Amino acid sequence: MQDHDHHHGHDHDNHYSDMQARVKALETLLTEKGLIDPAAIDAIVETYETKVGPRNGARVVAKAWSDPDFADWLKRDATAAIASLGFTGRQGEHMRAVFNTAETHNLVVCTLCSCYPWSVLGLPPVWYKAPAYRSRAVIDPRGVLAEFGLVLPEEKKIRVWDSTAELRYLVIPERPEGTEGMDETALAGLVSRDAMIGTAIAGSSKISAAGSPEAL
Amino acid sequence: MNGPHDLGGQMGFGPVAPEMNEPYFHADWEKRALGITISCGAFGAWTIDESRHARENIPPADYLSASYYEIWIRGVETLLERHGFVTRQELLSGRKLQEGAVPKRVLKAEMVPAALAKGGPCDRPVEAAPLFATGERVKTKNFNPATHTRLPRYARAKLGVVEAVQGFFVFPDDNAHGKGENPQWLYTIVFDGGEIWGEGADPSLTVSIDAWESYLEPV
Repeated sequence: MQDHDHHHGHDHDNHYSDMQARVKALETLLTEKGLIDPAAIDAIVETYETKVGPRNGARVVAKAWSDPDFADWLKRDATAAIASLGFTGRQGEHMRAVFNTAETHNLVVCTLCSCYPWSVLGLPPVWYKAPAYRSRAVIDPRGVLAEFGLVLPEEKKIRVWDSTAELRYLVIPERPEGTEGMDETALAGLVSRDAMIGTAIAGSSKISAAGSPEAL
Repeated sequence: MNGPHDLGGQMGFGPVAPEMNEPYFHADWEKRALGITISCGAFGAWTIDESRHARENIPPADYLSASYYEIWIRGVETLLERHGFVTRQELLSGRKLQEGAVPKRVLKAEMVPAALAKGGPCDRPVEAAPLFATGERVKTKNFNPATHTRLPRYARAKLGVVEAVQGFFVFPDDNAHGKGENPQWLYTIVFDGGEIWGEGADPSLTVSIDAWESYLEPV
């Protein structure tokens, strides 16, 4: 008998419950064969839920705004400059920092998969890995930005960085006006995850979400 | 390969849907999928390039309707079977049916912090001088291999400028297929929007890719 309410039952949900069973079976099999340690999976998840996230990147940006020598180092050797703050590791092995200016706004994408600077931003949001963003960021970045509520002046140049190799890009947004007296901790609070991808600007992100430094 | 993953410039996927207060994971299985993928990568049996290629080989209709963690799980199942760690029957039953290949290492919980902090650098000692210099005009090659490549379709046979010489990096087109790392110089190549998208392109747009030396020819 079909008395199930299908109004809210998307295919999506069925997919998800299929995946629940499929992944459970895989983990069980691999554990039984001695190939994985479920406690290692717990440790990996805990790392990316609590230790590695956009708060790291926000600290990098705040320091770049506050310390011209650090900003210069970041331009020359982002991997080393970022490592000096303790942020290293998986998907952050080869970092490049790209600076927004009055003339140019930077936007980062990976059209081929989901390359993303984990060491400074944590795990990527779903939209970053999904076809809508990956397909359009390189051909219609202004349209994409508008969907994030960001409308740039027509004369602002847009530079899109497609992460096709192992370099991982961190956008250094422009420092908001009226923040001259703020220390690095306060400045970091103005930097959302999206501002470091380029889908927002600092201090005005409508989508701070898990990307807000306070959320970690 | 011209697979479903090569999305730059495709149309019809609708608006980007950023999620307010997005959680890191949308279901428990996604957490396990992340951990399984990283744990199996730690075997040392395949490279990141081979794993990307395994994901690209998911049939297009399946790839485009899957969430990213589903893509990862399909990819890792392919790799586990290809390298003899599990059989198809075992994947279907979820039970151990026979002994399989033995990995170089099994990632234990106490190894996780060091493994994640170390990552897997892909630059290698320089073996040759770079063929191209910053500021030089270059053209990307036109090729359509059935094998792995990191030159997106939208950026093939296009005129660009070398913006930076980035270093000497493992060549994914070979490394994905067990042909060795064969490192090459890597360059950031910047293109005008009009060169890529032609008529109607946003005149304020430039797009860059990171391209290995053998993707490029002099102009």
